[in-house]
Order: sequence, then structure tokens, then C-alpha cells
Amino acid sequence: MIVAGCDVGSLTSKAVILNDRTMLSHAVVRSSFRPDGSARTVMDRALGAAGIGMDEVRYCVGTGYGREKIPFVNKVYSEIACHARGARHLMPSVHTVIDIGGQDCKAIRLDDAGAVVKFVTNDKCAAGTGRFLDVMARLLGVDLDELGRLSAQAQAPLSLASTCTVWAQAEVIHHLNENTPIADIAAAVNQAMAGRVAILARSAGLKREVCMTGGVAKNTGVLIHLGKLLDVRIRRLRIDPQIVGALGAALFARENTGGAPDDRSRL
Amino acid sequence: MIVAGCDIGSLSAKAVVVDDGRVIASHVIRARPLPRDSAREVMGDLMRSAGLSPDSLDYCVGTGYGRNSVEFADSVESEIACHAKGAWKIVPDARMVIDIGGQDAKAVRFDDRGDVVRYVYNDKCASGTGRFLEIMAEALDVRLEDMGAIAARAQDPVTLSNQCVVFAETEIISLINEGRDISDIISGLHTAMAHRVASLARSIELTGAVTMSGGVAKNPGMFTALQEALQVKIRPMTVDPQIVGALGAAMIALEKAGGNGG
Repeated sequence: MIVAGCDVGSLTSKAVILNDRTMLSHAVVRSSFRPDGSARTVMDRALGAAGIGMDEVRYCVGTGYGREKIPFVNKVYSEIACHARGARHLMPSVHTVIDIGGQDCKAIRLDDAGAVVKFVTNDKCAAGTGRFLDVMARLLGVDLDELGRLSAQAQAPLSLASTCTVWAQAEVIHHLNENTPIADIAAAVNQAMAGRVAILARSAGLKREVCMTGGVAKNTGVLIHLGKLLDVRIRRLRIDPQIVGALGAALFARENTGGAPDDRSRL
Repeated sequence: MIVAGCDIGSLSAKAVVVDDGRVIASHVIRARPLPRDSAREVMGDLMRSAGLSPDSLDYCVGTGYGRNSVEFADSVESEIACHAKGAWKIVPDARMVIDIGGQDAKAVRFDDRGDVVRYVYNDKCASGTGRFLEIMAEALDVRLEDMGAIAARAQDPVTLSNQCVVFAETEIISLINEGRDISDIISGLHTAMAHRVASLARSIELTGAVTMSGGVAKNPGMFTALQEALQVKIRPMTVDPQIVGALGAAMIALEKAGGNGG
């Protein structure tokens, strides 16, 4: 039986298609300003990759910031629920999920049964969200993946005094003008990001294992700094961390069509 | 007795000279990269325009972010104390001054002698500081000093859902794309910023009349928006609101030099 999950975020939209225990395909596209259009585009991409049509999808769950606008879903779930569901499925021992999206950051704590017991969100301040890294990467003239890798090359890492994205930007410009090596500045940016996320994660009550979802989880610099700050090893998931929410949505879709909730997929 | 106050801010430098308790001249320049140079230049210009020789000063107080670089100052004072003293000198029955600078915002309560009672300060978050309006002016491609006049034409002001400068900037860009009128957008920006500053001011309780200092106070749109957000009438300054800190520094100089502060 084929089911799908569609996660329409502020910056990217993601879709996952499952056939019983197998992931048939997944897709990630940049969101346009119309959530319904983004949903269609990403779903078409995933359907195309799987070589099937929408009529073969028995059930589809929507999630993410634009979930209410997705025209083809049977049901919607919160991002919190979907990230928790997806992460727990991939890593049964996970108790804390840190999801950093393009414009927000969430820390979600799960109990042994996988139910969400507490979550904290920041979507008010750009510091500690993907947006912070986006702004800094652009200033440094590197792409987001490179920004993460640059941390490892830092020789004399510095630290940023400001939390606010606007003030930190001024600091970075100052360092650029002083000809500070880019890698040292990048390490400072990743560390500042991790510092902000660590505060949020602690306020949700950290419990092992801890994993990270969302696009920023691909930034190794942030991952390493965050692990150090929280004094915990942050586990990597075995799929693209960006599609965990869409996977969780697809798993809910499978449950809603009568599939066993905790059967192991071969993902 | 001739005394002066010199306020070296992050974006501008201000100086005021006072003779027998009366302001005789004031001057504002854009800050130089080195605070020491800003101090020398603003004070040099001021003394020349007042027709005074540099050694005619009996006492000078430095204040502001660069106060320790004012080489000719006899002593330094915090911006908090200077804004309170300056505001009290201009609006004697006010008991609070809200100062919005280029990179910070503060609310200071003072007593019937202009001495600080309580204050609150934000320099951690750019929202609610002059930088917020500066960034929005750039995004909208208007001059900072024109924002008040443009906002006055607003028919149907927008309501912003973001306070963060970074998120609000994205929000106004989508409002422009939706075809919203620029005056409605700027009016909405003033309201959003006013709410941010009002919550700062309310955190130390409003008692007595309120006045406003700093460059942002020259923006009539912000002035009105802050009145609405605080639901009180704000008493306007009868001098350039940007020189209030330097004026306060000069009044403190007068006290220190033993003159009559009243």
C-alpha cells in the first residue's frame, strides 16, 4: 500500500512516499510564496521519482507551516508530532529531537513510548534558526554546506559577542575588514548558532539519545559545537535530516490506513 | 561659568556648551571611526561656532559609548544619568525619558532634581532601536528622515506579525510584493517598533509625564506611534532631541564645577 507525507516549510518543501515497508522516493524543493504550489511541485517530483501517479497514493498526511493549504491531503499533523514520529522511527532510543528549520528552532522531548512530553519553540528571533546561518553564509560568500565544513579548518577561532543577527552581522563585517581568516569567522558563526540552540534544548529538558533534524543538521560545525555545549553526543540519522518531518507524516498516513504503527521499515 | 557636555555615540557625536545655566550652542556630527577624533572634531566645531577659545571651559563632562576617549573631559558620566539630567532640564515636570539611539533604547525614570531613580536598557536586540528603522528604510528605498512624513499619508496601516528585524524585513518585502502602499507599511513599522519600546518602558512602570530623546524622536511618526502604544501624551523637547545626553552632561558639569544647576 502506498502512502505519502508532505511537509511544506517556510523555505523548503519535502515529500516522502512509502510503499508498505519501503521508502519509494523522496524530494526536497525550495518553497515558493504559494504553499499549495510548493506542495504540488514537491509531490510531483517525488511521484515522478517513484514512477507512480497521485491516484496510486492511498493516504497522504500534510505537515509544516503551510499544511493547511495543501490541497491533496487526507489529514494534517503538527510539525512537532511529525518530527518526533520520524526521528523515533529512525532511532528507537531517541528522547530529544532538535529540529532547526529555516525560520524556527524546536526542541522536542519524548517519553519511552515515543509520545511528546514537552517542546519549546523559537520562531520570534532569527538567532538560532536557519536564517541566522543563511545571513552569515551570504556575508562570508560561502554556501551553507561549506559554512559547516569550514569550522574544522579554523586556526584561531573567535567568538561573537552578539546574539542578535543584526549585531552579529556587524561583528562579522568587522572581522572581514580585519582580514580574519574566513574559517575562523565561520567557526564563530557556527558556535554562536549552537549556543543559542543549546539554551532552547536545555529548556526542553535534555534526555539521551539526542538527534537533530532539519536542514541545519547537515552543518557539521553546528553539530559538533552543539554536542560540546550540551555535553552529549548528537546522533546522526541515517537519512537526509531534512525529510524527517515528511517521513513522520508518511508514517502517520500508514497508521491511518490500518498499517501497524511500529513495524520496522527498511528505510 | 562656562561648561560643556560631550556625548560620543556609536553613530553620532554631540556637544553642548552652557553659560550660566543657559545653552549657548550645540553641535552634532556623524561619528568618525575613532571616538577620540569624533570628540575633538565636535568640540572644536562647537567652540568655534560659539566664538569661544578652547581654554575658556571651566569644566567638561564626557558621556556616551565613547566617553572614555574624550581626552579633554574632566570627568565622565553614564548616558543614563546624562539623559535623565538633560530631559529634566528641558521638561522639568517629566519623570521619565525614553531615549532611542542608533543601536540601543533606554527608558530612565528620574526624580525632581533630574537624578536617576530606575532605568532599563536594550542593546542586545536590534528590534526597538534606531537600527530597525534604518534597515527598513534601506529595504523600502526611502530616506530615514522621510519616514515620518510618508507614514503621515497612511490610509490603512499594515499590522506586522514579526518583531525580529530579520523576519520583519522579509515580511515587508512580501507586503511590497502584495502591492501594499509604502505609507501603510511605514506606519505599520512605526507601530511595531513603538510596541517594542513601550514594553521596555513599561517594565520600569510609568509614573508622571514622559518625554523622548535621541535621533528617533525627530520622526513624528514614531513619536505618535509611541504615544499610542504607551497611551500617554509624550512631552516634546524644545531642543533637538539628539543633544539631550550632551546637555545633561553639561548640566552635570555645572554641578561638579560648583555652579547652580537649576
